Amino acid sequence: MDKSLLILLVLTSLGLIFGFILAFANKKFAIEVNPLIHIVEDVLPKGQCGACGFAGCMAYAEAVVLNPDVAPNLCTPGKDAVAKIVAELTGKAAAPMEPQIAQVKCAGSNHKAGKSYAYSGVEDCVAANLLFGGPKSCKYGCLGLGTCVKTCPFDAMTMSADGLPIIDPEKCTSCGKCVSVCPKQVISLMPIGARVRVNCSSKDKGAVAKKACSAACIGCSLCMRQCPYEAIKMENNLAIVDAKICEEKCSDAVCLSKCPTKAIRPFVTGIVPGTENEESIGIACASCAK
Amino acid sequence: MADIFREYFTLFMGAVIVNNFVLTRFLGLCIFFGVSKSLNASIGMGMAVTSVMTISSILAWVVYNYVLQPFGLTFLTTIVFVVLIASFVQLLEMVIKKHAPALYNMWGIYLVLIATNCIVLGVPLLNAESNFAFGKSIVHAIGSGAGFALAIILMASLREKLQYADVPKSLEGLGIAFILAGMLALSFFGFSGMIPL
Repeated sequence: MDKSLLILLVLTSLGLIFGFILAFANKKFAIEVNPLIHIVEDVLPKGQCGACGFAGCMAYAEAVVLNPDVAPNLCTPGKDAVAKIVAELTGKAAAPMEPQIAQVKCAGSNHKAGKSYAYSGVEDCVAANLLFGGPKSCKYGCLGLGTCVKTCPFDAMTMSADGLPIIDPEKCTSCGKCVSVCPKQVISLMPIGARVRVNCSSKDKGAVAKKACSAACIGCSLCMRQCPYEAIKMENNLAIVDAKICEEKCSDAVCLSKCPTKAIRPFVTGIVPGTENEESIGIACASCAK
Repeated sequence: MADIFREYFTLFMGAVIVNNFVLTRFLGLCIFFGVSKSLNASIGMGMAVTSVMTISSILAWVVYNYVLQPFGLTFLTTIVFVVLIASFVQLLEMVIKKHAPALYNMWGIYLVLIATNCIVLGVPLLNAESNFAFGKSIVHAIGSGAGFALAIILMASLREKLQYADVPKSLEGLGIAFILAGMLALSFFGFSGMIPL
């Protein structure tokens, strides 16, 4: 037989055999995928940030369609709009979502907080934290090496010259990546309508905290006694504000006026913590009048 | 019996260490660099490559010895093996997706990467070239897979440690990875000649 004919025959038959096996397998092992999953996935913002608690947008779409217990409003970057569409598509009731924003609970910028040693290692908070909890004399404060800035999937964070991150309220989607990556747990999510915030995370006793950082909350509880609605509590030498009570009841933030270290401030977004300009927002006028 | 065992053992160790596919033959480098960023992914990749390589070696042996050689078409080996392996991986993907979804979630993405990889093609080709018998082909394939797994796991553990090192800016990422791979290859070079293939 002619060699070229043989080649043609063998290759064609091999190709046909493999082709038929694959075609058969495609039918035999076909899996029906719920088409709704792809529709829901298209709605999601595809930041693959994992704020919903699933491994990416596809995994969340699958879970929200197939599992009746998965809520439709878990996508924080998508905010209310996405939650509504997802709820509609999956036939679930959408609980309203309160918009949130990340905030840094520390005002200990480079010139306000002291240094316990000079750090010249890797520019990374996690690495610095491994070395006696980082170079800041306050063991609770922001290390300022920008691990959160690098982590932010939406470019919403920048590092200020004074070593504290600034969060852009326009870009922040409250995905919570910075919250989980910060080795000091100094970042938290806060409802965007909050009135005041405590720019400190120090759990040290007043004298110790004050020595480490001039902007520290010294746990004097003056703000707690000022507040007529009992929205402020003292926990571990630190004032904790219940943003919900504030938002609902308070119209005049009297708690700000007495703070000796100015650790409790009006809630302003997009600035370096501790540099809030009180006059610029009406809520704090009571304090500047005094 | 002991002779056969010794022969198989030297072949296996030779494939794992002396003639390590990644570090001395420089095959399969794209998955070697692509997946070695995390240890978990590397372990999955190593297992996937080993199993795919073993089964495709068996299939390739059958096709080579019962189709290509009898017809005198051994010059078509490469192209036939490419088609064979690609379709086999596709088939495997479908089967796993249907019958072992958990395994698919673990391996699925790697299977696609393997489909057209030179390391998976290289082993059946070498088997054919060296005229290995059936048993020897399988041992050689498992050994080569284990060698790949060893190399990628070593690399991944090094690269995970490297995350905390102060790497010069111009070498960050792949640059330092290539230097690392070169050093690893140098260290494996020390084994060369210990077991002739």
